[in-house]
Amino acid sequence: MKVLVAVKRVVDYNVKVRAKADGSDVDLNNVKMSINPFCEIAVEEAVRLKEAGVATEVIAVSIGDKACQEQIRTALALGADRGIQVETEGAVEPLVVAKLLKGVVEKEEPQLVILGKQSIDGDNNQTGQMLGALAGMPQGTFASVVKVDGDRVQVTREVDGGLQTVSLTLPAIVTTDLRLNEPRYASLPNIMKAKKKQLDVYTPADLGVEVTKHLTLVKVEPPAERQAGIKVESVDELVDKLKNEAKVI
Amino acid sequence: MALDFDSARLPNPNLTEAHEAWRTQLRRFIDTEIAPFADDWDEAGAMPDALWPRAAAVGLLGLGYPEAYGGTSEGIDSWYHWITAEELARFAVGGVNASLMVHGIGLPPVINWGSEAMKQVVAPPVLAGEKHISLAITEPGGGSDVAALSTTAVRDGDHYVVNGSKTYITGGMRADWVSTAVRTGGEGARGVSMLLIPTDAEGFSRTPLDRKMGWWASDTATLYFDNVRVPVENLIGREHQGFLVIMTNFNSERMGMAAAMEALGRVCLEEAVTWAQERRTFGKRLADHQVIRHKIAQMKQKLNATQAYLRACYEAIEAGQGNPGDIALLKVQASETMEFCAREAMQVLGGVGYLRGNRVERIYREVRVNAIGGGSEEIMRDLAARQYGL
Ligand SMILES: Cc1cc2nc3c(=O)[nH]c(=O)nc-3n(C[C@H](O)[C@H](O)[C@H](O)COP(=O)(O)OP(=O)(O)OC[C@H]3O[C@@H](n4cnc5c(N)ncnc54)[C@H](O)[C@@H]3O)c2cc1C
Ligand SMILES: Cc1cc2nc3c(=O)[nH]c(=O)nc-3n(C[C@H](O)[C@H](O)[C@H](O)COP(=O)(O)OP(=O)(O)OC[C@H]3O[C@@H](n4cnc5c(N)ncnc54)[C@H](O)[C@@H]3O)c2cc1C
Repeated sequence: MKVLVAVKRVVDYNVKVRAKADGSDVDLNNVKMSINPFCEIAVEEAVRLKEAGVATEVIAVSIGDKACQEQIRTALALGADRGIQVETEGAVEPLVVAKLLKGVVEKEEPQLVILGKQSIDGDNNQTGQMLGALAGMPQGTFASVVKVDGDRVQVTREVDGGLQTVSLTLPAIVTTDLRLNEPRYASLPNIMKAKKKQLDVYTPADLGVEVTKHLTLVKVEPPAERQAGIKVESVDELVDKLKNEAKVI
Repeated sequence: MALDFDSARLPNPNLTEAHEAWRTQLRRFIDTEIAPFADDWDEAGAMPDALWPRAAAVGLLGLGYPEAYGGTSEGIDSWYHWITAEELARFAVGGVNASLMVHGIGLPPVINWGSEAMKQVVAPPVLAGEKHISLAITEPGGGSDVAALSTTAVRDGDHYVVNGSKTYITGGMRADWVSTAVRTGGEGARGVSMLLIPTDAEGFSRTPLDRKMGWWASDTATLYFDNVRVPVENLIGREHQGFLVIMTNFNSERMGMAAAMEALGRVCLEEAVTWAQERRTFGKRLADHQVIRHKIAQMKQKLNATQAYLRACYEAIEAGQGNPGDIALLKVQASETMEFCAREAMQVLGGVGYLRGNRVERIYREVRVNAIGGGSEEIMRDLAARQYGL
């Protein structure tokens, strides 16, 4: 069984991002970039399926400029077998990403596609669902447990009310939630080996997709600065302030 | 451009995606397995044995050593070493690194000069984190004047009989072997040899050096040799060639220390900037007082210079043209930068910096061991002046 995993290059989760002075975007100059944490969980899940003998090949795909090859290599170091980069310029919207992924799905015909539920930069939470619709594949989003069983996959989903388990016919799409697994570290020897693994580069045209724009980024600004706190003398004073000043109770 | 640890690093066109991948993975490992506990280990003056095998599994201990002994050397260049030194500095508990990575000074003599049989026995368990090796040069009688060392190894049949003592030996309490500088011949550098001494040999004993200014987590020891019989096969390199082994070893140790010191200075910058942007005095942020702005700019200026110098030395080493004089002065440049940054960050933090358990306070205490160990500032300048043919 072939598993396709999507990985995205994003600002490292530890970075305190800053808006550019002109408000046009987040300042990415000299900022540490990493694989999106949810995508890392997706890679880990795919690699575990391979180690369990369920998957035969794990392919990592990323969409972006040349720099995203770094994240593909990381996926290869974590255990993916080969990589695909779809080369694009600038920001691409979830719908375009989903269309490009559909192109890759048609080329590779994986039985399972695993994506992060969202990326920590845009927080869109759309790509997996859009890909499901475009490719006509069933989807199990926000997965906390994934079990492949014959020609079906059981996905336990983290929903508002608790846990919901769905059974999907393969080929299917899974998007990962935080508790699905704890990704391993890629060791130095595996990072060195990953340099030699196959990495193919496609253009959107190769996949028959036109990169279009439907969204305009209007403005990026930092959240309002927090006011300094104060100490209150008594519980009564606290209740009074919450009622009459903050007006929250 | 921000002034956090990563943003304050000058761009380095030598770095590839594999280098960045190593940084990311190593950082994840450290942030999960070391950083949250390092301060407690330091306070306790001890660290768990289980850390070594974990560091081995991620590839940290094997970095740069031949595959045949469990290391990773293919494709490994200086930039991996620089990144490793930086990341190990970031959580700022020098004692943890000193002890965890002490094989970085203890093992190269064996790998570069030892017999095949010796390498087979020693290198695999050390790189797997199961056994430990230290380097013992310094003696109670002195560390700077290596050529004057007085621990003797006298040939007796197919053994050497070793007498004397070594002190300030990092990892010395844990070590299974010690790469030891001994006097096998007459006075001066030409009478020095390197000997691999197993710590279970009869006549060997050790005591911990307690209550140091910094590096608390590290097990620093004094070693005693009382008629210790060591097989002749344990000679590292040829007899009387020990000085050459020691001097080659020093270059890579100094590069590693310089890289770490620059990164420690950068941690100070990061902490000072964060605080200066939060803390308000006299109605404005510390960062808005010109005096504080200048402190921060000066820290960055010195860090920039040290980074550029580091890069120049690493590039020379990559080109096979490493220069011991330049490396010696780089170590001085780095310790002066670290000292300056620790001082200024401490000033910016004010009273909170003085409280234990923060990175700047620890770095402040670890300036001197870096400025003295591995060759003191005075000795480095002297060495450079000689190298430059003054
Ligand atoms: C925590 C710690 C860990 C260490 N780990 C190790 C280890 O693992 N292995 C090991 O072998 N050693 C280790 N050392 C020892 C270290 O390398 C020595 O401390 C260092 O070489 C200086 O030697 P010394 O302390 O004997 O000082 P000395 O040699 O007595 O020097 C004292 C001072 O005099 C100055 N001085 C000496 N000679 C001259 C001169 N000719 N001109 C001008 N100034 C001079 C020095 O610069 C220094 O400031 C460690 C030290 C410390 C503190
Ligand atoms: C061990 C210890 C014991 C102490 N004991 C006492 C005590 O018994 N009683 C007591 O009252 N206090 C005590 N203190 C507090 C001490 O007096 C303060 O730490 C000191 O006044 C600095 O204040 P701060 O720490 O709040 O730093 P801050 O006032 O926040 O200053 C931080 C840094 O910014 C600099 N700075 C501030 N404003 C400006 C400006 N306008 N321009 C340029 N630079 C500026 C400062 O010089 C300092 O370097 C003690 C502190 C310590 C560490």
